[in-house]
Amino acid sequence: MMNTNEKYALADTVIEHALKSGAEQVSVSVFDNRSTEIEIRDQKIDSLKESNRANLSIDIYVDKKYSSHSTNRMNREELFRFVEEAIASTRFLAADEFRSLPGPELYYREGGPSLGIFDRSIDSVDAKTKIDLAKKVMDEVYGKDERILSVSSYYYDSLSSGIMVTSNGFRGSSEKTGVQLGAEVSVKSNTGRPNAYWFESQLFFDKLRKEGIGTKALDRALKKSDPEKVNSGLYSVIVENRVAANLLSPLYESLLGSSLYQKQSFLIGKQGKPVASGVLTAIDDPHIPSGQGSRLFDDEGLNAVRRPIIEKGVLKDYYIDTYYGKKLGMKPTSGSSSNVVFETGTRNLDELLASMKKGVLITGFIGGNCNGSTGDFSYGIEGFYIEDGKIVHPVNEMNIAGNMNTFWFNLKELGNDVREDDSIRIPSLLFEGVQLSGI
Amino acid sequence: MQLKRRDFIKISGITTAGSLVIPPFLNSCKAVKLSADAESYLSHFEVTRATLQKVISAAMEKGADYADLFFEHTLSNTCALEDNKVNSAYSNISSGVGIRVLKGDQTGYAYSEDLTEEAMLKAARTASNIAESPGKFSVANITEYVKPNYYAIRGSWEDTSIKDKIPYMQRMNDNIFAADNRVTMVNVYLNDNSSYILFHNSDGLLAWDYRPIIVIAGVCIMEDKGSTENFYVTRSYRMGPDFLTNELIDELSTEVVDRTSRLFSAVRPEPGEMEIVMGAGQSGILLHEAMGHAFEADFNRKNLSIFCDKMGQKIAEDFVTIIDDGTIPMNRGSLNFDDEGNPTEKTFLVSNGKLTSYLHDRISSDFYKVPSTGNGRRQSFRHIPMPRMRSTYMENGPHKKDEIIASVKKGIYVDYFSNGEVNIGQGDFTFFVKFGYLIENGKLTKPVKDINIIGNGPQALADIVMVADDKAIDNGGGMCGKNGQSVPVTMGMPTVKIRKLTVG
Repeated sequence: MMNTNEKYALADTVIEHALKSGAEQVSVSVFDNRSTEIEIRDQKIDSLKESNRANLSIDIYVDKKYSSHSTNRMNREELFRFVEEAIASTRFLAADEFRSLPGPELYYREGGPSLGIFDRSIDSVDAKTKIDLAKKVMDEVYGKDERILSVSSYYYDSLSSGIMVTSNGFRGSSEKTGVQLGAEVSVKSNTGRPNAYWFESQLFFDKLRKEGIGTKALDRALKKSDPEKVNSGLYSVIVENRVAANLLSPLYESLLGSSLYQKQSFLIGKQGKPVASGVLTAIDDPHIPSGQGSRLFDDEGLNAVRRPIIEKGVLKDYYIDTYYGKKLGMKPTSGSSSNVVFETGTRNLDELLASMKKGVLITGFIGGNCNGSTGDFSYGIEGFYIEDGKIVHPVNEMNIAGNMNTFWFNLKELGNDVREDDSIRIPSLLFEGVQLSGI
Repeated sequence: MQLKRRDFIKISGITTAGSLVIPPFLNSCKAVKLSADAESYLSHFEVTRATLQKVISAAMEKGADYADLFFEHTLSNTCALEDNKVNSAYSNISSGVGIRVLKGDQTGYAYSEDLTEEAMLKAARTASNIAESPGKFSVANITEYVKPNYYAIRGSWEDTSIKDKIPYMQRMNDNIFAADNRVTMVNVYLNDNSSYILFHNSDGLLAWDYRPIIVIAGVCIMEDKGSTENFYVTRSYRMGPDFLTNELIDELSTEVVDRTSRLFSAVRPEPGEMEIVMGAGQSGILLHEAMGHAFEADFNRKNLSIFCDKMGQKIAEDFVTIIDDGTIPMNRGSLNFDDEGNPTEKTFLVSNGKLTSYLHDRISSDFYKVPSTGNGRRQSFRHIPMPRMRSTYMENGPHKKDEIIASVKKGIYVDYFSNGEVNIGQGDFTFFVKFGYLIENGKLTKPVKDINIIGNGPQALADIVMVADDKAIDNGGGMCGKNGQSVPVTMGMPTVKIRKLTVG
């Protein structure tokens, strides 16, 4: 891997060459990553994989025309020719008055908080330690139940570092690490071979929880045995924290400047208006210490700031990048999310369940989609049928459906069980009057 | 086709269209007995036969059973149209070698983006660690793979200028706006990929391929009385620039306008279980999700698939025959050899209702002691190959489309989809319907849209009660995802009726 100074030097050289070759504005990013993946299956190493990759990408603005290119070939002479060809090809495009680098006043400058997202020690963990960790996860479950058909466990770590330089004054670097341990267990049942997974994820090796992963995966797989569908109808629904972010993705897509402009958003013109029930508050917070999505600047170099997205159900802000900001006549905020933090309630998942008269706990989604323009959605689900606060049986082969414009008003309560190892910090969610289809 | 030497950095758009690639015939007069084609690929990656053999030997030095090297150089170009003009372009260049080492069913894998001998040897030694006891390996004689030619192309995308692509994209935009005054937004995307592949393994096999792929996509937005609808169409082949014709553009424009305009009157059906008629073509997504993945041999070898104890058994009606084919000319899922150097073929998964084959890669074919079916695929040189589908379709059956629709009292007819998913162990699968019709008393009535259909694979297969004689392969730009890897696939089907699935 190149060190940060080498990356800056390469970017500077490429920018200089691009400007000399006729580009008016240029942005260059240089990124590299190394990762290790170890998979154990039924107590034997299934695969060991080492990855090392590098990439240089360049955004070119010439004659009010725009293009973006990337390559993993770092030879300077080749890069120079690459840039020359890229500039020449850009000239064939139609002009677009909205294309330019961000205004320098929006860039991140020095002095941001320390994010705590890089763990140098991951590099000194040896291969044997990693293999042993994955084996321990395996040993928690292998042979522990006669219904087990197959167990796999894995260890993964990665270390990434990148820099970005623009021709109008931005320079920034970032480094991030990550480490994961996980297990997947498949068991025998009367009707199939249910499987379930569990994993733990952290930015720092020492903070990673290394116990209980295999056990949880086995427990979840066994509980899923022999599911049944229930009748179609309106139900109370709890969505488990681990999968709740799936329901947010259509909301997020609809908040993007590109979706607003291309009319693939159901949130056009909704700023300042209620889009969800008053219990929902979500804040984009880039500076959380050791947050999976923490950052000082986004991929355009825009200074990252904390801002409410939805406050007590009212839509406060979109995700607008420089280009679509200009096209929409809106102020650029950032074209992507950092950490999205939900205001939590007071009860945990068990307490929410205990209060449920009749409903479904959703623990997984399968397929489905949402029409961005209209907000109509339908997703396959799996989980458990609940009566009087108790699990009656697992359910599968059912859909949850509705329209995003009204669905979020059915949100009654958020749990207090936020998972902090994800950039979407969302707890379990309780909805009422949700359409489920089954029999 | 043969290559220009070392032209790793070509960005589409510089040269004028149609300029021919001049074959280099480098080294062809040396004493080595490799074909000029083989030599041109070696020189493209700046490697020699001796280097290949050294790297393979390093990969085998800890006593592995097998090793292979997968060299890849891929150039990708995308142009995008928005606001009536082609005003942005994107390109990517990616090259490197993936080194895989097998010991039994265990895999060691490393890749290098640096193609110097030193860097490749380092990656080979890393991958070799999967084996633990030094063994003896003697270099095998090189055998050249004699490849078929499933995607012969004229010209190449690298030599096609952006300015020669623009008029077609512009034509689609103009067609769509002209066709209906409710159109308020059009986006058109054109993506071409050219991959150079060189493969060598410890058995001495040397294979090479040039794999083009092209996708065009058009998105149409219409607004009518305060409501907004969107639809998109895609087309994709392993073809060169002759893919782009006015006829194709006109056909796609008409299709997307027609479908978008019908959405305004579309409804969402009452949820619940009902009879489903799946129209010819894209409905092959049923085969892909409900059966195809569960037939992938790795899931069966590992005891994970709901089909793993069903080989040789009757799992569908006699008139159901399902194929996965890697040999259809110019099809997006076709390959002259798979990513493990094995020939591709037309594989019968279900023959007359009986499960006859899984989809195999090298590891699973060793495990099951059957020949590989040529389904070992990988996203790129950075990825470990595994069993993947190519083009998955059902053969014609004895019924007629009209007869099938007429047989349904209350159900839905579906023929456009956006995505699907399957749970291998329970067999539950879904597919998302972008467009279809209600069937009431044997007739198509109101359009329907945006519904997820969910069912159980083995049950749905057994519930295919009618199959028509109108098989069609859908040549959309489908990507199949598995374990974090995406590969291009297609699917196809005649019109079929399924006894019941859950609509919601």
